[in-house]
Amino acid sequence: MNIYGVLAIYRFEMARTKRTILQSIVSPVISTSLYFIVFGSAIGSQITEIDGVSYGSFIVPGLIMLMLLTQSISNASFSIYFPKFVGTIYELLSAPVSYFEIVLGYVGAAATKSVMLGLIILVTASFFVPLEIAHPFWMLAFLVLTAVTFSLFGFIIGIWADNFEKLQLVPLLVVTPLAFLGGSFYSISMLPPLWQKISLLNPVLYLVSGFRWSFFESQDVAVGISLGMILLFLAICIGITWWIFKTGYQLKN
Amino acid sequence: MSNLISISGLSKTYEPDFQALKNVDLDIREGEILALLGPNGAGKTTLISIICGIVNATGGTVTVAGFDNVTDYKKTRELIGLVPQELTTDSFETVTATLNFSRGLFGKPRNPEVVETVLKSLTLWDKRDDMIMTLSGGMKRRVLIAKALSHEPRILFLDEPTAGVDVELRKEMWTVVNELRADGVTVILTTHYIEEAEAIADRVAVINQGEIIVVEEKDELMRKLGKKQLSFELATPLVIVPAALADYGLDLSNDGWKLTYTYDINAERKGITALMADLVNAGIRYRDMETQQSSLEEIFVSLVKEAS
Ligand SMILES: Nc1ncnc2c1ncn2[C@@H]1O[C@H](COP(=O)(O)OP(=O)(O)OP(=O)(O)O)[C@@H](O)[C@H]1O
Ligand SMILES: [Mg+2]
Repeated sequence: MNIYGVLAIYRFEMARTKRTILQSIVSPVISTSLYFIVFGSAIGSQITEIDGVSYGSFIVPGLIMLMLLTQSISNASFSIYFPKFVGTIYELLSAPVSYFEIVLGYVGAAATKSVMLGLIILVTASFFVPLEIAHPFWMLAFLVLTAVTFSLFGFIIGIWADNFEKLQLVPLLVVTPLAFLGGSFYSISMLPPLWQKISLLNPVLYLVSGFRWSFFESQDVAVGISLGMILLFLAICIGITWWIFKTGYQLKN
Repeated sequence: MSNLISISGLSKTYEPDFQALKNVDLDIREGEILALLGPNGAGKTTLISIICGIVNATGGTVTVAGFDNVTDYKKTRELIGLVPQELTTDSFETVTATLNFSRGLFGKPRNPEVVETVLKSLTLWDKRDDMIMTLSGGMKRRVLIAKALSHEPRILFLDEPTAGVDVELRKEMWTVVNELRADGVTVILTTHYIEEAEAIADRVAVINQGEIIVVEEKDELMRKLGKKQLSFELATPLVIVPAALADYGLDLSNDGWKLTYTYDINAERKGITALMADLVNAGIRYRDMETQQSSLEEIFVSLVKEAS
């Protein structure tokens, strides 16, 4: 195991975060604060409690998930796309690092950032709305698992993308809609029966539901199913990554 | 000297159907400086990229220090430093940070002394805290070399290290290469400047259209394939070469003022004495004479022409 190699990648990526602190930490925090002001305080005060939780508090887990998904994907996809784009990837490919070590470095760094971001948003939220966390361990577990899974997913997108447009395509056209329709801002029990069924096809719903359970013990689907879905998604991403590296797809010719 | 790198039967076909390397065999010896010469598109970068693991070969094998570069890639890559042809750097990093990164990537723990030595030998020490973006092109090229040396490799690949570099810096790089050789580092460089190969290489491999056409000690190559020319600047111009001198195969310049005799370096020299006597006999007087030896460049051009 080339531990120095993994560390080099990890540190490099964390240093990049530090340089782009405005973009990677400050801007998500500002946008979440805006959500709280608009949905939590202004509109939320007009909305009745959901499962005994005030609307402002209710949206916290969903909002964190929304940020976690989009930031994990954009961070991880950019981190591997950029060296490909400017050509510095030559060094990675000629170095004695295995694919597993490469993934560990990049995905590890992206996931670390996302978890940090999630926690920062959580703290920010606590300034706006009352919060208590019923299952802190599971809360953290969902946070970490989701961050890792979607960082891996982002990594795959970064390798697949051969132009900036593709890099933006999946997050914009797939992830954001799914995240918004996955019950970040509502409980699916508020929807008509048909739409409830359709919502069950949305993977993000399971993430949000499980994460929300760890806060309020309220859930759209059983927490075990949520956990199972995250693990399934993680397994699929690992499978795709393994296949990419086995074939050298989009990295070597 | 033993072989450090053995390449055998190496071929590469790019999608959809372009054969960039055709069954290449090449042995690189420990401690030598090998110049890889070839025209644009000959396959130099492809060959280097395969050895370093950036491009997958279509067929054939490469071993480095006895290890296969695919199945034992960690062992082979640890030994190699690569300076790519393109200037690709992380613009927002500092020079020191990027060297630390490279060293770590190649599996070595941090070592400020090594980094300092490398930076100093490439006169980058003053720039160590500068962002790479702010450096000039030649400085960036040095940074790439420093990165490749940061993990103390036994083998260094330089893919056109002096492209776009001024004369002074080029000389400096030759010095660096010579120092590396003194330390026992094996250096493989590709270059378009043939004088570069002439100045620093021990051996020269000429590659054309994906095939190695010659591998030879540089001195041997120049001796074998080199030609010498003796030119006479005439006192009065000639219209044609007199028949008495036909055997020498002399060349008369268009204006008739210059007569040139081309001969093999290895051939016996008495031809010249005879020629001079015959010139006098033919009543040809000359004001001056000079000799020229063909450069590696001319050898190279004639080799490539011959092959295609
Ligand atoms: N990724 C690629 N896909 C398709 N063809 C390629 C690719 N890379 C190189 N080639 C082709 O392979 C041939 C050899 O290229 P290579 O870069 O190895 O040449 P080179 O000898 O390094 O040339 P130069 O002196 O210009 O750097 C060229 O004809 C080039 O067009
Ligand atoms: Mg090249």
